Amino acid sequence: MSQTDFVRSLPDVESDSSKTTLWQVIHIDLILISSVLITLAFGLLVLYSASDGQIFFVKRQMAMAGAGLVIMFGVAQIPLSVVRRWVWLPYIGGLGLLVAVIYVGTEVNGAQRWLDLGPVAFQPSEIVKLCLPLLVAAYLGKRQLPPRFKHICASLCMIALPAGLIIVQPDLGTSLLVAGSGISVLFVSGLQRRYMLAATLLLLVSTPLVWQFGLHDYQRGRIITMFNPEADRLGAGWNIIQSVTAIGSGGWDGKGWLLGTQSHLDFLPEGHTDFIIAVLAEEFGFRGVCFLLAMYMIILGRGCWISYTAKTPFSRLASAALVFTFFIYVFVNMAMVSGMLPVVGVPLPLVSYGGTSLISLFIMVGILMAISTEPGTLKS
Amino acid sequence: MREDSLFRDEQFEVRLIQGRLQFLGFVLLVCMALLALRYHYLQIEQFDRFVTLSDDNRIHVRAVPPTRGLIFDRNGVLLAENRPSYTLSVVPENTRNIDELVNKLAAVVSLSELDLERFHEQMEVKRRPFEPVPLRYSLSEEEVARFAVQEFDLVGADIQVELIRYYPLGEYFAHVVGYVGRINDRDQAAIDAEAYAGSHVIGKTGIERQYETELLGIVGYEYVETDARGNVLRVLERHHPIPGQNVYLNIDSELQIAIHDELRGEQAAAVAIDTISSGVIALVSTPSFDPNLFVSGISTREYSALIEDPAKPLFNRALQGQYPPGSTVKPMFGLIALQEETITPEFTVFDPGYFILEGQERPYRDWKEQGHGTVDLAKAIEESCNVFYYQLANLTGIDALSDYGYRFGLGHPTGIDIPGEQSGVMPSPEWKSAARGIAWYPGDTVNAGIGQGFLLVTPLQMAQTTAVIARRGLVTTPSLVYSLNELPLAIEVNDQIEIDSEHWDLVSHAMRNVVHGTYGTGRAIGVGLEGYEIAGKTGTAQAISIAEDVRYDDLELEKHLRDHALFVAYAPVSDPRVAVGIIVVNGEHGGSMAAPIARLIFDTWLAKAGSDASVDDLIEDNLSVTN
Repeated sequence: MSQTDFVRSLPDVESDSSKTTLWQVIHIDLILISSVLITLAFGLLVLYSASDGQIFFVKRQMAMAGAGLVIMFGVAQIPLSVVRRWVWLPYIGGLGLLVAVIYVGTEVNGAQRWLDLGPVAFQPSEIVKLCLPLLVAAYLGKRQLPPRFKHICASLCMIALPAGLIIVQPDLGTSLLVAGSGISVLFVSGLQRRYMLAATLLLLVSTPLVWQFGLHDYQRGRIITMFNPEADRLGAGWNIIQSVTAIGSGGWDGKGWLLGTQSHLDFLPEGHTDFIIAVLAEEFGFRGVCFLLAMYMIILGRGCWISYTAKTPFSRLASAALVFTFFIYVFVNMAMVSGMLPVVGVPLPLVSYGGTSLISLFIMVGILMAISTEPGTLKS
Repeated sequence: MREDSLFRDEQFEVRLIQGRLQFLGFVLLVCMALLALRYHYLQIEQFDRFVTLSDDNRIHVRAVPPTRGLIFDRNGVLLAENRPSYTLSVVPENTRNIDELVNKLAAVVSLSELDLERFHEQMEVKRRPFEPVPLRYSLSEEEVARFAVQEFDLVGADIQVELIRYYPLGEYFAHVVGYVGRINDRDQAAIDAEAYAGSHVIGKTGIERQYETELLGIVGYEYVETDARGNVLRVLERHHPIPGQNVYLNIDSELQIAIHDELRGEQAAAVAIDTISSGVIALVSTPSFDPNLFVSGISTREYSALIEDPAKPLFNRALQGQYPPGSTVKPMFGLIALQEETITPEFTVFDPGYFILEGQERPYRDWKEQGHGTVDLAKAIEESCNVFYYQLANLTGIDALSDYGYRFGLGHPTGIDIPGEQSGVMPSPEWKSAARGIAWYPGDTVNAGIGQGFLLVTPLQMAQTTAVIARRGLVTTPSLVYSLNELPLAIEVNDQIEIDSEHWDLVSHAMRNVVHGTYGTGRAIGVGLEGYEIAGKTGTAQAISIAEDVRYDDLELEKHLRDHALFVAYAPVSDPRVAVGIIVVNGEHGGSMAAPIARLIFDTWLAKAGSDASVDDLIEDNLSVTN
């Protein structure tokens, strides 16, 4: 794409100042922010238990959340036109870091995902995860919809570049998630049915080939494990058996906060990061799970509404993509820990321990709030 | 590209996107509902199955406590060892009703009130899940057998073979080695819980406490597979613990036992220091107690018996007892006066049996009523003349006596390597105004001159100052531990007190005459002594203040009001090897009660083949190192 693609006059939007509230002026969406904060607080409670009463993790997570809130507030103030026009910059930067991570990244669990910058280590894939849907939204937002074939191809290129770089780390899970968030923009922008049909067919044909040649042993192992965890009790199946046992033994009421036997007996690996929902389910029971699902539903529902009522094509597409990304993370994580999907390294939004993902979540919320409080009226 | 925006149908696009959003929202709802169904299935429908699975979870992480380091004397005699012992424990996670289980267990093995109390206390302490809580220690073979028969009915209880601390020489080393005891709440707050996972005891006193870190070792872990009762079926993975370091003491257990037996029945303390190595070769405080009582928790009855015993067996007199040193300080004060040139070797005092301080009417009496006549320093030491020392102290002044006294080792802990040492008191005008809030009187100096008044020392300090005199001013830290894991510890040299060598000669000769001279106050122990000579000094310290001008009859006094008998000495005079400090509380006369212990120590120690190194070599070595 060329620079001129982004140079286009704003749609002629006249602000309707008659009903502007203070919250709109400072770009805060009350429903969104309060449900996010409640979920976060609940998550900290679970994290304290999951880290075996080590306050260190909770303190760090709180510090990160504090920083995230400030960043979110800042992001919400950025005019969306600026985001739309400049999002390619962090995207290119993210790609550069993804290349860098292949050479100088820190290896964790057999994959190079981390960039160690002295005191902070972070995953460059987080940057791309955030920028890619925004970039595709910015690109398609000023095209005629539904997108034409050449625009679809251009969008797919934008998606394929980071997804490919993440696959070679190798991190299949994140790569699929990043691709998914980009494709969601294409879908919302009104991709014709014939393209979707073709893509589905292509997927069906290529799957056996990918299985045979495109996957690492450990990735194949994870998929096999999903279908038959008992086959390898102490190896790859261990995580799933233990997490499902933890969830199931929680029952309706749960075993009580800090009292989960599975989680506290070190049966549960990664209890404070990717598998934290198992700790929650064990200690707070089905009621706790329902509460968390309800909070997520409020966040997602509000997100959908923001997208539905957004003022510009870019806003509509971008917010839809962000909501979809958030949803994908919730779904994949909760499905994986409960044995519905293979194990991929996906954190549970707002609950899992991890600074990078928390901050990028807050940036997402910041952009959503900017869209929600965007001045102007729906052009229809 | 521009035509795109020109021909865009905004309304159509909005409706298109909104349509897709509606579809997306629908998918989202369906997926969230799927998640809810999945968790409902696992948590509600399959709850029974998973709760059983969770309870049966067979693989546990267990801490493997390290073996505590052993403690030996200098010759390799075992002083603290680890003996296998059967312990009955309960794993609370493996039983539904703990009280019921304990009641059942009470029918199989005998459980005292103390056992139960201790068990309930332990239940409150934070621990790792599945870590057994001990209920009864040291089961008999019979009890183990009875348990084995009933085991099927006692799910959750288990007998473990555990290594527990045992002190084979019991009371002989209780005040040196100390003992380990159950980790209590206060310990718990101070220790790293991880390092003590699996350990139930911690060093409480003595060497056990001082060298806790070294003795403890490093904890190991193992992953074990268990059956439904919690019995270990196999170990899956093991990270071995690292055993604690073995501690070798400088103490000679033969000597220690001989002294202890000799002092049995008395309230007494004796410390012997190897002047060459600074090692403490004997440290006795009688009466003593059996440290094995404390290892698995002492009963209230036994404990109160020890506490209420008027002879205070738990009190370590050698380190913590503070007594007036009496005349045992005379050699040291003599050296100070000579060095400060407040007296000369030829200086004499006429002793009429009392001393009058200028401007005071009250006389300071000598122990010998008719007086010693004309006395010089050598005679004053040999015959323990008080009047000479009243004058000496008065001439020298408290400042010099106090400053030097401090350097010789009085008024501050010696730094020996077991906890609890007292500092004693080396009084000075500053000390008195700080501690008592009143001014220093000239009479205080006079009293200090004969080791009375405010001056207080521990038996360890008596031995230490004597060792300093034997080494002609070289001050080192006395040490109980010779080596850790066979690596000898360094000797700590602290000071070299510079005093002219003719003064050392004079005082050591005078001390020799205390034992070997015609009128020496310790001459009784010189009888039949062959092969070496002893330099000593007797002391008698008043246990109570008696008005100076009132005569009293020793025999009429209750025993606890009688004077303390003290003796300090080193030997051989020509080439000192060992220095001792001895006190027999209410033992009346140092010469008759305390001195024979010194003879016993010297005879025993010098008969053993010692090191060929002499004190001179040591001084030479250390000075070349430190300077």
